[in-house]
Amino acid sequence: MGLQIIRPDTDFDFIGLRKWAFLLSGLFILVGVLSLLIQGGPKYGIDFAGGVIVQVKFDQSIDVKELRQALKEANLPGLVIQRFGDKKDNEYLLRTSAGKLSAEKIRIMVEEQLKKNLSGKNFDIQRLEMVGPKVGADLRARALEAMFYAVLLIAIYISGRFEQRWMVAAIMAGGLALGVYVLKLLAMPMSVLIIAAMLITLVLCWYLKLNYALGAVLALIHDVLITIGIFSLLNKEFDLTIVAALLTIIGYSLNDTIIVFDRIRENLRAKISSSLARTINVSINQTLSRTLLTSGTTLVVVVCLFLFGGGVIHDFAFALLVGIVVGTYSSIYVASPILLGFKESPAKN
Amino acid sequence: MQGSLRWRVILIIIVLILGMIYALPSVPGIESSGLTKILPDNKINLGLDLKGGIHLTLGVDVQKAIENSLAQMGQDIRSEAREENILVLRPRVLQEGKLQFLLLKKEQQKPLEDLLEQKFSHLKIESRESLGQGKVKYVLSLTPKYKEHLTRLTLDQAIKTIRNRIDQFGVAEPDIRRQEGNRIQVQLPGLDDPQRAIKIIGKTAHLEFKLVDDEADIQKALKGILPPGRELAFIYKKMPDGTMSKQPIVLRKEVVLTGEYITDANTAFDSYGRAYVSLSFNNRGARIFERVTGENVKKRLAIVLDGKVYSAPVIQEKISGGRASITGHFTTEEAHDLAIVLRAGSLPAPVHIMEERSVGPSLGQESIEKGVFSALIGGAVVLIFMIIYYGFAGVIADIALLFNILLIMAGLAGFGATLTLPGIAGIILTIGMAVDANVLIFERIREELRRGLSPRAAIDEGFGRATLTILDANVTTIIAAIILYQFGTGPIRGFAVTLTLGILASMFTAIFVSRAFFDLWLARRKAGTTLSI
Repeated sequence: MGLQIIRPDTDFDFIGLRKWAFLLSGLFILVGVLSLLIQGGPKYGIDFAGGVIVQVKFDQSIDVKELRQALKEANLPGLVIQRFGDKKDNEYLLRTSAGKLSAEKIRIMVEEQLKKNLSGKNFDIQRLEMVGPKVGADLRARALEAMFYAVLLIAIYISGRFEQRWMVAAIMAGGLALGVYVLKLLAMPMSVLIIAAMLITLVLCWYLKLNYALGAVLALIHDVLITIGIFSLLNKEFDLTIVAALLTIIGYSLNDTIIVFDRIRENLRAKISSSLARTINVSINQTLSRTLLTSGTTLVVVVCLFLFGGGVIHDFAFALLVGIVVGTYSSIYVASPILLGFKESPAKN
Repeated sequence: MQGSLRWRVILIIIVLILGMIYALPSVPGIESSGLTKILPDNKINLGLDLKGGIHLTLGVDVQKAIENSLAQMGQDIRSEAREENILVLRPRVLQEGKLQFLLLKKEQQKPLEDLLEQKFSHLKIESRESLGQGKVKYVLSLTPKYKEHLTRLTLDQAIKTIRNRIDQFGVAEPDIRRQEGNRIQVQLPGLDDPQRAIKIIGKTAHLEFKLVDDEADIQKALKGILPPGRELAFIYKKMPDGTMSKQPIVLRKEVVLTGEYITDANTAFDSYGRAYVSLSFNNRGARIFERVTGENVKKRLAIVLDGKVYSAPVIQEKISGGRASITGHFTTEEAHDLAIVLRAGSLPAPVHIMEERSVGPSLGQESIEKGVFSALIGGAVVLIFMIIYYGFAGVIADIALLFNILLIMAGLAGFGATLTLPGIAGIILTIGMAVDANVLIFERIREELRRGLSPRAAIDEGFGRATLTILDANVTTIIAAIILYQFGTGPIRGFAVTLTLGILASMFTAIFVSRAFFDLWLARRKAGTTLSI
């Protein structure tokens, strides 16, 4: 047999550590949510907030101060200058809130000022994006809608899948659809709908005793909240690609949870121990090597993407990176221990 | 077992060959070889973020088209009514898209409403209000059905016009499509002068000829005092130093001729080498032009494009033959672009740019290189790791992974999907995820071997037990990908496509293909050999 990272007889006491894990997760979520509250919600990129970005590449080094000085006369509203990618690339991102100027006007103004004030330095406008306020609002609504449907469909899928009770899942789907329909009639904003859909899912899971589904959904919410929180703490922007990353995390972090849960059920059937806590702990240990390996291979490629993929894809890779790490942690420390939170043993279901 | 194995191997070989046939045309350098004759033409489409180009979302001001149509109907109602001796006064379009006019004599209400019903069935009467002295104020609006029809017509015509203009401008493979909310999406790949393209696409190009009223008092007009039926406009001239000058002029409101009669427009040069645009009218336009110029010799005729007066030359004599020219200190390029726009026809309503994203070709190329580089590094690490960790089984997993990547490429080309930068990220992600399935199977096999099962039984158990888990685990990722496809914009869709393709392909390669390899090994192994896993 080849290499082994985790020996077959490994027996970490994950369940024993669960209080500490919950504390740690709670702390992370709290800090993230606080950071969001202090900053007045997530920081939107131009996809969602609207505005103009111009990506300029110079043929020699130049610093932000120099660039800002050169563009002073153009008087671009709310101009923010950021270095983009590696230092040796000499690339900058200029972001402004277009106001009444058209994107092409801004292009011409930037070109004129840079030519005039930075003679001897050649540059190339590599990318120019303008998102009008209306399109920005639309994209925001669509992103929220996507998150909403993802939560909805995955909640229904896992409630059916983990419990093998598709009738109950259908009831759950009906309940969710009804709740959301009523809220839609009340013209609630999409963000309220998402939170409501999650709460309805959690309450229904609790009420219908869908313990596994509850654990999985809580783990998902945990993963997404922590990723968003870290983005907010690092002052990174949310745009469409980040939403894509979040949805991918939702889909992918369930993989590990499914593997552990399957093993827990298998062991419950085999009655390896009379204690639920013990059964869960054994199951986590038995699947530990595959949980770490599957996440590990994915993490390796995401790290490559993060390091070498270039500026445009950098934040996307970062979101995936955080999401995969947190997702792996949560399927060990969050999703399974939650099963213990029920007084009745899930085996009796 | 032996028989079924043979068929499985044959199926795998067929898929492999098909995969190669579809993936090969997209390999750089293959074009120059002789292979192209036997390979399909479908190459992987690169998205704008990789190829460079511009993406525009245009908002069509349909309301304006509705107002124009109402204004026209107002004029028509007045003249139709006059023919039946009904006096209708001051038709005007109200802001909320309604038409208002006055009926002078109350007793003519019945004949007027009969006329409206007969000839203007697209209008419905919203209110009538007696104003005293026998006057009645009518407010009309378009029927919802006609409004819808008009909206569709406006958008269709706008798309047609824009397509015409782009074709004449000469962009290969433009993509123009209608979107929800009266929007048009335009994608122009590989363009090096986005400003010019945007100018050409966005110009309404509503051309009108109007007579100039030289007797009117310009000073008064500038203060807003105008004789009835007159309007204030400005002649825009480009000065030699590049600045624009603005000169007031009073025009008669009545439009004598519009651009809809134009059959051709071309750039031409006068004897000083200055560029201008020469126009030809169709027969009807030529007749109108002849009559108007004949009746107004020595008067000035203003050429108005999108509300701006380009020039207002004096009519020297009656002009027959249906030719006119627009001068206005153009550069050759400007004259050329104006000719394109006039030839392609005017937009039925103004459009404005709601979203614009342009990527230069160099950035796209850089993105591809960086994407491919990270895929190579990530892929290499994963391949090596699998061999070190699982030995012989790792080699099988690696073959399955390479097969998987081939199938993604073939799928992209075969389905005509578009590869975007997030799409490349999706492929890279798939490299990491595709081996997950093999990891799950191998770990299970190891577990079964530890329990003392024979290699054959352990492989059976491993594949049997892990397959369902793998299917389940992948379903959730596919759900996420489908939702992304549904709600995402172009680049994100590319990500959803490669992710889905990769996962689907991995079910085939990691489960079916690698199982066949194990069975081949089992069939050939000497009794007692242990499995390297």
